[in-house]
Amino acid sequence: MATRTDPKKDVVIIGLGWTGSILGMELAQDGLEILALERGADRNTVPDFQYPDAFDELKYGIRYGLMQKPAQSTLTVRRNLTETALPYRHLGAFLPGDGVGGAGVHWNGQSWRPLEVEYRLKSYVEEAFGANIMPEGMQIQDWGVTAAEMEPFMNKFERVAGISGKAGNIKGQIQEGGNPFEAERSEDYPLPPLKNTWDSELFADAASKLGYHPFPRPSANASRAYVNDYGMQLGPCNYCGFCERFGCNNYSKSSPQVCILDALKRKPNFAYKTRCEVLKIEKAQDGKTATGVTYFDENSGDTVFQPADVVLVCAFSLHNVHLLLLSGIGQPYDPVSGEGVVGRNYAYQMTGGTGLWFKDKVFNPFVGTGSGGMSIDDFSIGQIDFAKEGFIGGSYITGSHTGGRPIQQLSMPPGTPSWGAGWKQAAGDWYGHNMSIGSHGSNMSYRDCYLDLDPTYKDRHGRPLMRMTFDWKPNDIRMTQFMKGKIEEIARSLKPDKISAGYKADGSHFDVRPYQSTHNVGGAVMGTDPKTSAINRYLQSWDCHNVWVMGASAFPQNTQYNPTGPLGGLAYWAAEALRKDYLKSPRPLM
Amino acid sequence: MTDLPGRPSRRGFLKGSVASAALLPLAVPAQAETLPDLPPLDQYKPQYLTAPEWAFVMAACARLIPSDGNGPGAIECRVPVFIDRQLAGAFGKAETWYMEGPFEPAADPRLGYQSPLTPAEVYRKAIPLFDAWCADHHGAGFAKLTAEKQDAALTSLQKGEVGLAPEQRDFFSLLLQNTKEGYFADPSHGGNYKMQAWVYIGFPGARGAFPEWAGRENVKYPLGPVALDGKRA
Ligand SMILES: Cc1cc2nc3c(=O)[nH]c(=O)nc-3n(C[C@H](O)[C@H](O)[C@H](O)COP(=O)(O)OP(=O)(O)OC[C@H]3O[C@@H](n4cnc5c(N)ncnc54)[C@H](O)[C@@H]3O)c2cc1C
Ligand code: SF4
Repeated sequence: MATRTDPKKDVVIIGLGWTGSILGMELAQDGLEILALERGADRNTVPDFQYPDAFDELKYGIRYGLMQKPAQSTLTVRRNLTETALPYRHLGAFLPGDGVGGAGVHWNGQSWRPLEVEYRLKSYVEEAFGANIMPEGMQIQDWGVTAAEMEPFMNKFERVAGISGKAGNIKGQIQEGGNPFEAERSEDYPLPPLKNTWDSELFADAASKLGYHPFPRPSANASRAYVNDYGMQLGPCNYCGFCERFGCNNYSKSSPQVCILDALKRKPNFAYKTRCEVLKIEKAQDGKTATGVTYFDENSGDTVFQPADVVLVCAFSLHNVHLLLLSGIGQPYDPVSGEGVVGRNYAYQMTGGTGLWFKDKVFNPFVGTGSGGMSIDDFSIGQIDFAKEGFIGGSYITGSHTGGRPIQQLSMPPGTPSWGAGWKQAAGDWYGHNMSIGSHGSNMSYRDCYLDLDPTYKDRHGRPLMRMTFDWKPNDIRMTQFMKGKIEEIARSLKPDKISAGYKADGSHFDVRPYQSTHNVGGAVMGTDPKTSAINRYLQSWDCHNVWVMGASAFPQNTQYNPTGPLGGLAYWAAEALRKDYLKSPRPLM
Repeated sequence: MTDLPGRPSRRGFLKGSVASAALLPLAVPAQAETLPDLPPLDQYKPQYLTAPEWAFVMAACARLIPSDGNGPGAIECRVPVFIDRQLAGAFGKAETWYMEGPFEPAADPRLGYQSPLTPAEVYRKAIPLFDAWCADHHGAGFAKLTAEKQDAALTSLQKGEVGLAPEQRDFFSLLLQNTKEGYFADPSHGGNYKMQAWVYIGFPGARGAFPEWAGRENVKYPLGPVALDGKRA
């Protein structure tokens, strides 16, 4: 029960990370009264990411100083419908953000656009290969938007974030040195690519010799100084090697702080509160709209009702779904009947990697960026004959490294003892002599991979934790094994002294312990059919038309890329629908 | 000193780094975590570990990262100090972890940490049990065994052969993880004394500015490490 009701706002935003900042900035331009509620602390480059404190590997890289604290917010995990889900008690596989900027503070910055066929994956598979190649239980869908529709909005995100890269397809013209397989773009990236480290060069050379098409990975680490459309400035990246898991001390990593928030905070009609955790979106009596949100104000201990005309759910994919489930917005998904939409089609990211060690090569691994490197898309979703290979999916492959932080990133060849004299000797012998080639791949959605409320475990407010039911499936394991073969061919051509493989294999089950990615997608997916999607193609809830849900929870299955490019583009797409249409006449847009 | 290939000159580089350092805010010492100069190991007064636990941690660290051979050992790096301070602090208390029941400590390890014990409690419960196992199987508590027998005992512990209850099954992995953390973390956390472990592998610590170094092929970075408090090694 609320202890206080505050004056009504036009718009309330739940969460001030990437999507919350984008929506805040776009809607603030129309003079609306906007309040953003962020559960974590306020954060600014100075003092929170300043030199030298930001370079503390233990504090940020290992003890997760900037991330969500499971004591305050977590979920439970099981691998199938019969297992008992258990809490994710400390962080491991994925690292949701907390505090102003969200995970946009401590991400790597690998910034992609989905392929043309990824937006209409189900139709593409049916047209090109026939529906019968889809294995039992696979539940892939079209997004309900096309690459051409999304292009201006993807572009807008890349211009705001100041992405460094090299276009491969400008208005249908293939560009030498870019990704020839990418969806058509209207213009090149706002900044040229980052410089390559030697390992990336070696990878690119080897890939070229095999007839592949290497290009610089699009990066949200600025290669040059840049001023974006909001007048915000980025400085050139220092290749500091403390990028992902850390805040950037150098104003070089695109983040909500660096790209949006100082401009947004200057708008008199925008306000934000920190340490205010939204507990529930409140529904009107007829259930067709929301009246606002109830939040817990950690500063005062009050529970506050904040009325608003529009509620924007920008809390990160997992929390978006949790809030919808707790608020009774949309029918919860039932994996047995296949009915319901909230929690449906949770998916993750299939990644793998090959390690290479060279006695006579020195890589200075601490010279690194979160998102540089050279990639190939020759085995991307649009380039593979699914019928022939026996799986649906694809990966991009990259030669790169992000740093040489010794606790997390010291990498030893297979057979090295895990402790003792042999371990110590190997640490001295091999640090700096290692490079890796990674695959970053799609993950399909399945009938029994979903999110719902846990029957047992509660959070500190007494609300049920969310329960994740997820495991790796044979289709996706075949995909990653295919990539392993392709990568090993490239790796062997470099003649390393030692080589290792880290790929999911037959019988692999989801393991919450090792970091894999914070690319949790689905659960409140977008689409054109209210029976199979929680939000329509504008990201508007089918059930409560003034509730809009941003983020990767909208993806009907995961693309082969990192999620922030597309979720940034979708945020601009939704902002346009709100500004040009919905706010003038609030109603279901579909 | 000879000039580096592909670079104007080393003097130029040093000038460059001074110039860019001037743009950075002054190195302010990390507040709460900065240590006054710590006493040598034999004079250190543990905050969390009891005397027998301290003796165990000293002995175990000395085998996990031994002192002989190339590079410093865990003892020279004062890793036991790091471990004691971690166990006394937020990590030891699992302050940020979700620690509500029900607990199923015997669950599939892939479902993650499921013990009701905090890391500090795991050390407290497991050390005497492991010591008793060592006495049974090797004739004395761990700290009193020969190096060879200690290695054999640690191997049994790692393989899960010493009969620890599921609540304590993560003891070895915590101990090994904490030992490596103490070896490589910034010295302000109590280990990696004088940045010896960084010097050994060639990690430059908190320098964090290498724009001229991206793209250089097979040239070893010449500068030693800098710690968070601005000290150099
Ligand atoms: C280590 C790491 C590396 C990554 N690397 C990449 C990469 O290279 N490329 C890429 O594309 N993506 C990457 N990501 C993912 C990327 O960070 C996210 O996709 C992106 O930040 C999502 O934006 P968002 O707005 O949905 O969520 P966020 O940016 O996380 O913002 C959500 C905000 O909502 C707040 N919040 C949550 N619940 C509530 C509540 N109930 N009340 C109030 N506030 C709430 C959170 O505290 C948070 O601040 C990475 C993530 C991590 C952790
Ligand atoms: S690598 Fe570049 S963008 Fe990343 S934190 Fe360092 S300076 Fe910032």
